[in-house]
Amino acid sequence: MEKELLLEFNDFGFQYNAQAEPTLHGINLKLYRGERILIAGPSGCGKSTLVHCINGLIPFSYKGEMSGSLKLKGTETKDLSLFDISHTVGTVLQDSDAQFVGMTVAEDIAFALENDCVDDPKLHDKVKEVAALVDIDDHLTHAPSELSGGQKQRVSVAGVLVDDVDILIFDEPLANLDPATGKQAIELIDKMQEQTGATVIIVEHRLEDVLHRPVDRIVLMERGRIRADVTPDELLSGSLLKECGVREPLYLTALKYADVKISPDMHPSSLDKMVIGDADKAGLNDWYKSVEAGSVTDGKSELLRTEGISFTYREGEKIALNDISVKINEGEMTAIVGTNGAGKSTFSKVVCGFETPDKGKVFYKGDDFAEYSIKERAEHIGYVMQNPNQMISKVWIYDEVALGLRTREVPEEEIEKRVEKVLKICGLWKMRKWPISALSFGQKKRVTIASILVLDPKMIILDEPTAGQDYRHYTEIMEFLTDLNRQGITVVMVTHDMHLMLEYADRAIVFSDGRIIADDRSYNIITNDKIIKEASLKETSLYGLALKCGIDDGTDFVRHFIDYERKHVREDERGGVYD
Amino acid sequence: MTNLFNYIDRPSPIHRLTGATKFVCLLLWSFAAMSTYDTRMLIGLVIVSMILFTVGRIHLKDVSFMIGFTLVFLVINSIAIYLFAPFHGTEIYGTKTYLWGLSGRFAPTAEQLFYHFNYILKYLATIPIVLLFVCTTNPSEFAASLNKIGIKYSIAYSVALALRYIPDIQKQYHEISQAGQARDIEMTKKASLINRLKSASGILIPLILSSMDRIEIISNAMELRGFGKEKKRTWYMGRPFTATDIAAMIGCAMLILLSAYLAHVNGGRYYNPFI
Amino acid sequence: MKKFGVKSIVATGIGAALFFVLGRFVAIPSGVPNTNISIQYGVLAYIAAVFGPIAGLLAGIIGHFFIDFSYGWGVWWSWVITSGFVGLVIGFLTAKLKIDEGEFGISGIIRFNVAQIIGHLVGWGALAPVLDIVMYGEPANKVFIQGLVSAGVNIITTAVIGTLLCVAYSSAIPKKGSLKEEE
Repeated sequence: MEKELLLEFNDFGFQYNAQAEPTLHGINLKLYRGERILIAGPSGCGKSTLVHCINGLIPFSYKGEMSGSLKLKGTETKDLSLFDISHTVGTVLQDSDAQFVGMTVAEDIAFALENDCVDDPKLHDKVKEVAALVDIDDHLTHAPSELSGGQKQRVSVAGVLVDDVDILIFDEPLANLDPATGKQAIELIDKMQEQTGATVIIVEHRLEDVLHRPVDRIVLMERGRIRADVTPDELLSGSLLKECGVREPLYLTALKYADVKISPDMHPSSLDKMVIGDADKAGLNDWYKSVEAGSVTDGKSELLRTEGISFTYREGEKIALNDISVKINEGEMTAIVGTNGAGKSTFSKVVCGFETPDKGKVFYKGDDFAEYSIKERAEHIGYVMQNPNQMISKVWIYDEVALGLRTREVPEEEIEKRVEKVLKICGLWKMRKWPISALSFGQKKRVTIASILVLDPKMIILDEPTAGQDYRHYTEIMEFLTDLNRQGITVVMVTHDMHLMLEYADRAIVFSDGRIIADDRSYNIITNDKIIKEASLKETSLYGLALKCGIDDGTDFVRHFIDYERKHVREDERGGVYD
Repeated sequence: MTNLFNYIDRPSPIHRLTGATKFVCLLLWSFAAMSTYDTRMLIGLVIVSMILFTVGRIHLKDVSFMIGFTLVFLVINSIAIYLFAPFHGTEIYGTKTYLWGLSGRFAPTAEQLFYHFNYILKYLATIPIVLLFVCTTNPSEFAASLNKIGIKYSIAYSVALALRYIPDIQKQYHEISQAGQARDIEMTKKASLINRLKSASGILIPLILSSMDRIEIISNAMELRGFGKEKKRTWYMGRPFTATDIAAMIGCAMLILLSAYLAHVNGGRYYNPFI
Repeated sequence: MKKFGVKSIVATGIGAALFFVLGRFVAIPSGVPNTNISIQYGVLAYIAAVFGPIAGLLAGIIGHFFIDFSYGWGVWWSWVITSGFVGLVIGFLTAKLKIDEGEFGISGIIRFNVAQIIGHLVGWGALAPVLDIVMYGEPANKVFIQGLVSAGVNIITTAVIGTLLCVAYSSAIPKKGSLKEEE
């Protein structure tokens, strides 16, 4: 029996009213009932616009010109209403805080039913039923602030499932989750698909993480067009992903370094099921042995040291930091990892002086930091927030960067010199007369970093420096930070991103439940099963690949991989990344 | 503070009333207490409100923080009235009885003190009822109540959204202002008023611009789930009226009548013992 | 006039939440002991100018109601109503501005400020005191002096904060045009 055709794009295009060029062109795409589709592509490729076309926000909320045809169950979407579409298509947005409009879990799940005037007892029954389906029924009266990121996402999924939709869209479901929770999210999506038989569309650039569970097709987009619409095995065998700036799974990158040719019949979409011939295994072994181990230079002099810091936000609440003693040396590039609420952010806040510890001390170059105000600490340790929009308060780049100096009443000639220097370091000199609104996310991030660097700190702490960024922007931001680090700035990054930690941090400090449970080289952390479990991290697939190919010391393999990348690959890619 | 309502889940007859009833009663009661200056009625209201307060099983320590604020406010306002209009009472009551043989611009009169006494009674008659409402109304039910008493659901939902996002915005404000302080953007520093305001905008601009993004995403999320589709909507937290609810509302409506009746008998809002 | 759709409903809710948070937890000393500047009126004027008079009216009423409420001192209706009224008036008088399309030049700034001055003067200088007298029987010279002082402070606050917010928002909206890199 042929599967039912749910959605059909035919030579479809779309141009926003405010834009000079169309955002989508020549889209041809068919979606059948029960399929699982992954839509991938770099930022600005049009994948969000495509999703808006499917869920009806286009043309009903965002105005613009449509061309060609888009049929949902046989009817042109423009002849339907947003509400008709919402009964067929359910969307789980990336920002689970914004999607959570109810004051409690139960109310949020009930939201769509309330709007449909569903009354009791059906209203309460249905909420209970769906809550049980996503396993959140023990938290019905909880407020969003009492839930973890993963739980909020479950609520969002439930809120969409109450409508018995045919198509479920997940917009970047992994963006705000820690690695272990992200894995569970993919498993949940898989389970929901099986139970409801709905078509699932996942929009995500973290391909490897999504492929934790199988998908039928990957639609790869670039510059408003569909570049590929094929099975994962086919796509992963070619070089299209790289061309489009989407990152392939790490185990495939490693195999490609070892000159192993990937073909669809090897099933490269899943490391577990992948067939790697003996010759290829030997090839990988040879490559592994041929890589020269790089050396990591440890920072020499101590920059920051904490001794037995403990902190609780409010009396009676759970302890946020419990006896934290750690040392950071000058010139290091360090990652702080752990789940939400493990104490990572609290730690940075205590170091920067935003919060005062109940017990313990912070030393900067041996001086007790307690005597320094927030403002004075900022001249030694800069803090960069996750979202640059939360830091930017000026219209022009120059003014934004100069702000911290102006409030400190530095003479204007000196400000000019310092701003010029820092704008050059940050690759923003050519744009100094631009308004900040004209910048991309990555460029804005650089503006906020510049506005911190202008105060001349020795160390910067960055909260999730690359959250929500595609591979190109990720590389851009991280190479920039590496550059700064080479110029002598000590860099500490608070992150969920295992790739970032592995590739860019020499050292990782792992927080769990307010304590430090590990402090070691990143490759040792990411291959240690016990720590991974305890801190909700995720093992790197490189380790699995090593074992699969008969390399006993998986940790050493991971280390060699990173050394190889640093030496041979990233150097080449670096030229002009951030112009 | 994580929520504006200080909801205390401690079953009582007051808790069992629907949010809509409590809101209507709050409005009627405060309107009655506001409109009358009849000392006898105010004393009656104070006594009844104290009794209701105990019925609601709210303890003084639950609300001591709020009472503190209120007393400060009350004292400041009373002093302000006395300073600005030390003879307001004599104008109202038409006589001038100096006390303790004093005279002059700020000399106390029996009329003025009686006016202040009434003024304070008005507060005492309302505060327990407001506190009772704050402590016994489940915030989730509040928006549903507004819709139930005839306010459009779009407006009722604005109220619900405000309650929902107050903690988020508070947290965000806090984070932005901390990062701002590191760059020495502070509101409280000694500087001219204009400069202080300019530096406040260093924190407000990021806060407002991110709120604009938030508004956009939330409205998308709501529309995608069918908000605004029908002329009305149901509420998960809504509850039907019982006989007690109706009785409570009728009781409070009677207060308005009583206040109007007293105004008629007294020939004005004020009960005048001086004539 | 700006339509009161889902986006305005959300803006009203978020506007009220902002009004509340700023009014309740953020204290900028005014210089006079024990009195703080109400920066929330700068934000209210911004919301009214961008989302229209109804959003301004409701955000003012809801936000102010919550502030009174959270202190537990009873709801001071005369001032709650006035906050809403100020939002309404500013929303009406700025209805022609297109800040959300990135237009907010000198004439926009003038119009916005004329609107807020009228709103605050009529609101705090006349409406609030009259309501205080009618509803609470307070002495006239106390409430008029209070009202005029509030009007003055709120006008200055809105002139600085409201204007800066409108400028920041209108310039954050990307406009077409060519940006050139400079060596």
